[in-house]
Amino acid sequence: MNGNGNLRVGLYICHCGTNIAGTIDVKAVAAWGETLPGVVVSREYKYMCSDPGQQLIVDDVREQHLNRIVVASCSPLLHEQTFRGATAKAGLNPFFFHMVNVREHDSWVHEDKQAATEKAKDLIRAAVRRVAFHKPLEKKRVPIHPDVLIVGGGIAGIHAALTLANAGKHVYLVEREPTIGGHMAKFDKTFPTLDCAACILTPKMTAVKKHPNITLWTLSDVTQIEGYVGNFTVTVKRHPRYIIEDLCVGCLECIEACVYKQAKYPDEFNLGLGKRKPIYIPFPQAVPQLPVIDRETCIEFKSGRCKKTCVEVCGDRKAIDFKQQESTETINVGSVILATGFQVFDARRLPYYGYGKFPNVYTSLEAERLINAAGPTQGEVILRDGRKPKTVGILHCIGSRDENTNRWCSRVCCMYSLKLAHLIKEHTGAEIFNFYIDIRTPGKGFEEFYQRLLNEGVHFIRGKGAEINTWPLDPSEEGKLIIRVEDTLIGKIRRIPVDMVVLSVGLEPHADAGDVRRLFNISCSSEGWFLERHPKLAPVNTFTDGIFLAGCCQGPKDIPDSVAQAGAAAAESLALIDSKFVELEPNTAYILEEACSGCKTCIPLCPYSAISFVEAKKKAEINEALCKGCGTCVAACPSGSIRQNLFEDEEIFEEIKGVLAHA
Amino acid sequence: MAYTYFPGCCMHGFARHCQDSLYAVFNALGLELRELKDWNCCGATSYIAVDEYQAFTLAARNLALAEQAGLEVVAPCNACFMVLKKAQDYLARYSNLRERIEAALARGGLQYSGTVQVRHPLEIVIEKIGIKALREKVKRPLKGWNVAPYYGCLLTRPYTLRNGMTLEAFDQLIPALGANLVDFELKDRCCGGSLTGTIEEVGDRLVYILLHEAKRHNADVLVTVCPLCQLNVETHQKQFIRRDREDVNIPVPYFTQLIGLALGIPEKDLGLDRLLVPLDRVLEEHPAELRAAA
Amino acid sequence: MPEAKPETPAVGPKRFEPRIVAFFCNWCTYLAADLAGTSRMKYAPNMRVIRTMCSGRVDPQFVLDAFAHGADGVLIGGCHPGDCHYQEGNYKALRRVHLLKRLLREMGIEEERFRLEWISAAEADRLKTAVNDMVEKVRALGPLRLETTAEFFPEEVKVA
Repeated sequence: MNGNGNLRVGLYICHCGTNIAGTIDVKAVAAWGETLPGVVVSREYKYMCSDPGQQLIVDDVREQHLNRIVVASCSPLLHEQTFRGATAKAGLNPFFFHMVNVREHDSWVHEDKQAATEKAKDLIRAAVRRVAFHKPLEKKRVPIHPDVLIVGGGIAGIHAALTLANAGKHVYLVEREPTIGGHMAKFDKTFPTLDCAACILTPKMTAVKKHPNITLWTLSDVTQIEGYVGNFTVTVKRHPRYIIEDLCVGCLECIEACVYKQAKYPDEFNLGLGKRKPIYIPFPQAVPQLPVIDRETCIEFKSGRCKKTCVEVCGDRKAIDFKQQESTETINVGSVILATGFQVFDARRLPYYGYGKFPNVYTSLEAERLINAAGPTQGEVILRDGRKPKTVGILHCIGSRDENTNRWCSRVCCMYSLKLAHLIKEHTGAEIFNFYIDIRTPGKGFEEFYQRLLNEGVHFIRGKGAEINTWPLDPSEEGKLIIRVEDTLIGKIRRIPVDMVVLSVGLEPHADAGDVRRLFNISCSSEGWFLERHPKLAPVNTFTDGIFLAGCCQGPKDIPDSVAQAGAAAAESLALIDSKFVELEPNTAYILEEACSGCKTCIPLCPYSAISFVEAKKKAEINEALCKGCGTCVAACPSGSIRQNLFEDEEIFEEIKGVLAHA
Repeated sequence: MAYTYFPGCCMHGFARHCQDSLYAVFNALGLELRELKDWNCCGATSYIAVDEYQAFTLAARNLALAEQAGLEVVAPCNACFMVLKKAQDYLARYSNLRERIEAALARGGLQYSGTVQVRHPLEIVIEKIGIKALREKVKRPLKGWNVAPYYGCLLTRPYTLRNGMTLEAFDQLIPALGANLVDFELKDRCCGGSLTGTIEEVGDRLVYILLHEAKRHNADVLVTVCPLCQLNVETHQKQFIRRDREDVNIPVPYFTQLIGLALGIPEKDLGLDRLLVPLDRVLEEHPAELRAAA
Repeated sequence: MPEAKPETPAVGPKRFEPRIVAFFCNWCTYLAADLAGTSRMKYAPNMRVIRTMCSGRVDPQFVLDAFAHGADGVLIGGCHPGDCHYQEGNYKALRRVHLLKRLLREMGIEEERFRLEWISAAEADRLKTAVNDMVEKVRALGPLRLETTAEFFPEEVKVA
């Protein structure tokens, strides 16, 4: 009945310990399996993916002359390759195998044992009927391009770039800001060791710039990516800096010479707490060490009538170019690491904390700049109204663990709040109150740091700050920011007047993370974080082969975790490159020429332009190298002349009949 | 534009002056109010605290009657506004409650399918007329008046305003009338509500904070959008003045009374004489501006 | 060899258990079902999933064939609009579904029996809700009784 000679199916049902056997009566299923037409061997075994489990298949094929294998176990995502391997080891074509998902799709989602067992039987029957129609297939081998694209130049992107470059691979590091460094460059100290963020980060930034294997493109966006694992073609748009990188020596005299004698415009790097000129460098250790001109504020761009003192002082170097245009670069890479990071929660979304309304309410990132010696106040904590705070309230979980905003814990806020408490106290001697829901310190040296803060006399009030207001109820509250909070340890509502409030804002996915995700064809969690292939076992892979994740774009994490993940992503990428070739699933579409009527229905359906019309023959033709195997054309072909390997019509029809056959 | 008008107990009772001004202003703005026939208690305050099911049934009956009329429902009292919305939300969310209430309605020959839109008159003025158009209609700008907006707690709790509207957008009504907007932080605070009658010291304190802060910000007028808030904030003033010898005297008109004044509607049609703390002092201090235009 | 018949339930009132055939795309909805599993969510055991690479692969004939062979409902699961792994296969699926719905109506197959859902790899919860909801709605409709079922038609696929 199948065109493949006498059908001899081996059927294996995995217990997966009790994961499957606890819900599905595996013994009954195995016994029932023997009654299925074509099944020669039907077994159940504790762990089919183990070596002895796989050996069962190999031995049975040899002794019982099996020619088809069906394994009912977990998701094909986990072990399809394993069992294909076992099938191949036994001497069969690996595509004579089919897998049935009775764990994720059955035993784990149902409690009714009888119903789950019936479901398993239906799914197995479908697979046994399907596998009869399987054909021997070959995987296509294509070479892997050794270059790597890294998107995002924060600490994760920097670390991944250096790791790969040190291993001799060429890396393109694309960053949209004028400098690399990301959020870490804005931090003052790092918890819990209190080592200076800039001191440990800037040498790595410089190393990136100097490394012969790294091509660094700042002020750049990836706008297009085509191809597949091993062979991506990427288009990068490079926005003008109005400084010619090769000619600029980084003397920064142009900034000094600008017709604006005083810095006038809010400085992005200092979150608007400081001022900059229209020509500026984001911060002294920026990499690349080049100024940038802001079109919006530069007089030459606004009126075209500036004295251009910057050009004068640049002199023969001629590095300033007001006519610089956007340019595009096209590169070929074999793998991609996304390290696009996060954005902090916008505290304006919670009006009851008064951010943006009361000048002395700061976000934690602003507080970092305020205590930073290289910050707008040279490290002195001076409030927007010029005072120095005597009392400071730090409100945890702003935009985290909140049904109204973001439900997740941002992981780093407890620790950075403790760090800020310590540093502000050190800088000002102020009395400090922390308002927390829970203190979460699960990291090396974290709990010890918390104990240290307790000993330093920082106050901890268990209760999420409810609001900040300025209406005094007694004279001691005049002119203060009043934090209202339910102190849940004493069961009372309290009003605590302070001079300065720090809102410990949470981490959230970039506003445009959805666009990036679509561009790179990867998935997102419902919160918007990029989705890893497996939460435990493939934490830096994505569902799209060849695209890896590092750092906070995958979820909130601290610096060591980001660095560790960046290293892991680099290692995965290296392993891929060094395998030299990638094997592609042979699920491509093909045309039965004699049946093609030349109607051209299929041609506009293919998003990859893999189908063309051959005028001479009046037939459609599929370019196998371009086909990605979605099967849309197969479903559309009116004459049934387009077919798809691994998903043939008869295979799917058999599955349909198989799952419904018991009635 | 016509609306079904759900007055609730206040507007027909102690808050007649609010209702008078509401009718007068809606008329002047070309908005028609058609009182819901055979309406009953909205189910708010004490009722909902004692028996939620009964309260929601009462609310649902009003909604069912309103559904027949097919118009949006205007509820000028924050308590009615919130309870009607809450009833809708609960009916949509909890099927067992819905079944019980549907059965109760059916015994009265009614049914409710959930299509009614419940609106506060303030929303309607802002959305349908708009700040800009209103400013153009002002005949007697309230020049020199320092007006603090006070919306009460229920307008934005637990349900947020429609279409992302904010109280800050509502605030713009005040400058549109020609008055100075007082930045009043307590604008969405509790007025004391029924606590003034149950746990007096808590209720009194809540009213007191409102009045004290309004005074501290030099407000001449505290404008409300809810007849219950209006009552609470107005009636307790004397007690603080007598007991604490603190001058917290401040008129608390309903918002349509202010709009009416600015539109040049005669004072007698706005029920100003029924305010316990009269607007006279403010009117005397800034009389010229009042008569200026027209 | 004849296939053994499943045993009938020994106890309990017998309520109608609809049979739902589902076609899930490999990248979104199939993974959502995997995630429902790893998250140990519980949902009705009436659905049987057939994996395709893309919802665009679902030939309307698959749906008709499922109904003809006794399915009480058919569910197609794909990536959200704009999220298709193959750029736009899900749009193609949507177009076919619109047409197919009209055809099914002509055939007397109620609307609730055929659904297209966009369920991303992260939306296990949505998958659970969709399946439960569909099972309940189809259960309320009762078994699908087509005038003409598959046995009246010659085999679609002839293999030597």
